[in-house]
Amino acid sequence: MKYALLLYSSEAAGPQTEEEMMAEMPEWFGFTEELDQAGANLGGEALLPAATATTVQVRDGNRVTTDGPFAETKEVLGGFYIIEAEDLDAAMAWAEKVPCAPYGSVEIRPVMEIPEQ
Amino acid sequence: MIDEVFRTEWPKLVAILVRDFGDLELAEDCAQDAFVQASQKWGADVPIPDRPGAWLTTTARRRALDIVRRSSSYKTKVAELEVQAKRGPRPGGAGELVDEQLALLLGCCHPALNHEAQVALTLRLVAGLTTDQIARAFLVEEATMSKRITRAKTKIRQAGISFDPVDRTVLEERVDAVRHIVYLIFTEGHASSSEAEFVRGDLCDEAAWLASLLTQLLPGDSESHGLHALICFTDSRRATRLDADGIPVMLEDQDRCKWDRRKIAAGLLSMRRATELGELGMFGLQALLASFHASAPTFDETNWKQIVRTYDHLLSISESPVVELNRAIALSFVEGPEVGLAAIEPLRGPLDGYVYLYSAEAELLRKLGRESEAIDRYRLAVGCDPPHAERMLIERRLGELGGP
Repeated sequence: MKYALLLYSSEAAGPQTEEEMMAEMPEWFGFTEELDQAGANLGGEALLPAATATTVQVRDGNRVTTDGPFAETKEVLGGFYIIEAEDLDAAMAWAEKVPCAPYGSVEIRPVMEIPEQ
Repeated sequence: MIDEVFRTEWPKLVAILVRDFGDLELAEDCAQDAFVQASQKWGADVPIPDRPGAWLTTTARRRALDIVRRSSSYKTKVAELEVQAKRGPRPGGAGELVDEQLALLLGCCHPALNHEAQVALTLRLVAGLTTDQIARAFLVEEATMSKRITRAKTKIRQAGISFDPVDRTVLEERVDAVRHIVYLIFTEGHASSSEAEFVRGDLCDEAAWLASLLTQLLPGDSESHGLHALICFTDSRRATRLDADGIPVMLEDQDRCKWDRRKIAAGLLSMRRATELGELGMFGLQALLASFHASAPTFDETNWKQIVRTYDHLLSISESPVVELNRAIALSFVEGPEVGLAAIEPLRGPLDGYVYLYSAEAELLRKLGRESEAIDRYRLAVGCDPPHAERMLIERRLGELGGP
């Protein structure tokens, strides 16, 4: 099955300075490498901070633009992976290895399979 | 007789169907259907076959294959499924389908499901209760329970929760969740949250049966034997826990002649197995505590020293103010109410607002003849909005002390 691992964390948690971020990078490279080795990595991206987000809605045919992320919560979406895993247990095993799991949250969402016509 | 067959064969049948068809809904429907057919067929004229499981499996499997063949969405899967289904029924015996039944239990208690869903699925798929029976046991509308089960099954399907047999390491990690769900079912039956029925025997029976199933599937697991023993001992007092007015009877006032000797014997047997198999865990130690009560001929002959020691052991594994409170109460029977009160004193902070803290203090104050303080404590206990039956007990005590 395909799963999306959505990585949430409070921007006040985890690495703050550039130095701290650089220090954490090997962990991310290591995790991504492990996914690649297992043939489980189907893609993913790291996102810039929530302050750079813009939210667009269409209401009564008009575009409504809001500055900021969709939900003003403490923990924001910081990145995601799309992985291939046999079942939820396998996806959970990957999720707990994500470097931000100790200070953030990893939401696992099964990817909808669109049936081929 | 057919009930016994149902009991043992139901979880095996569901487990085998889940293994072969990988679809809970299908497994449940076809198992149900096979049992309906069996109950119509077997009776006074047609005896139950020697191996009812084989007949039930063949019948359910045939039906499942029919449904799979007719369903277009499964067309691509049919070939694969037919190969699996040809494995055929397996020989009978107590230890059969162990991995599959464990997988079914682990799947029902998967950590990605909430407790309500875990409980409902376990009762439906493993214990074989109907949705209506589960709904009545939990005092909700059948439609509500049905929705709860459907939602859980949808999550299982869409999120890819596996019901495949797992290896030993995963089993050891996850079986604890199963034990907790079984115990949760027991406590729901034993100290029901509902006003009407303080003790709901049907849920106690189901939990005892599930615990016993667990000991059969994991004969070398000390904690599962401990859980079974704990449930047996606690449940042996079922008939004496309430008086004619439905008010809880304190342990010291219970009529021990009415304790269920058979359950105590079953508990002692499991307790012995649990002890032989190694270090006791949380359930094993709680069972040990209950065994001291179960084996004391009178309240005065209770081995309180051992009980205090066992609480110490329990606290060394896991700190808990509630356990400390129980230890303090036990200690009061060894060294007197004043020592008990002193031991409760430091728990006032962590257990602020906990009804049993106040009622324990009140009880000890009453024994010391410090009536007005006892009344104050009972009033605090009432203020915590205790379960209905508990409230009646506290109010009776207040009445005896001359307080309103």
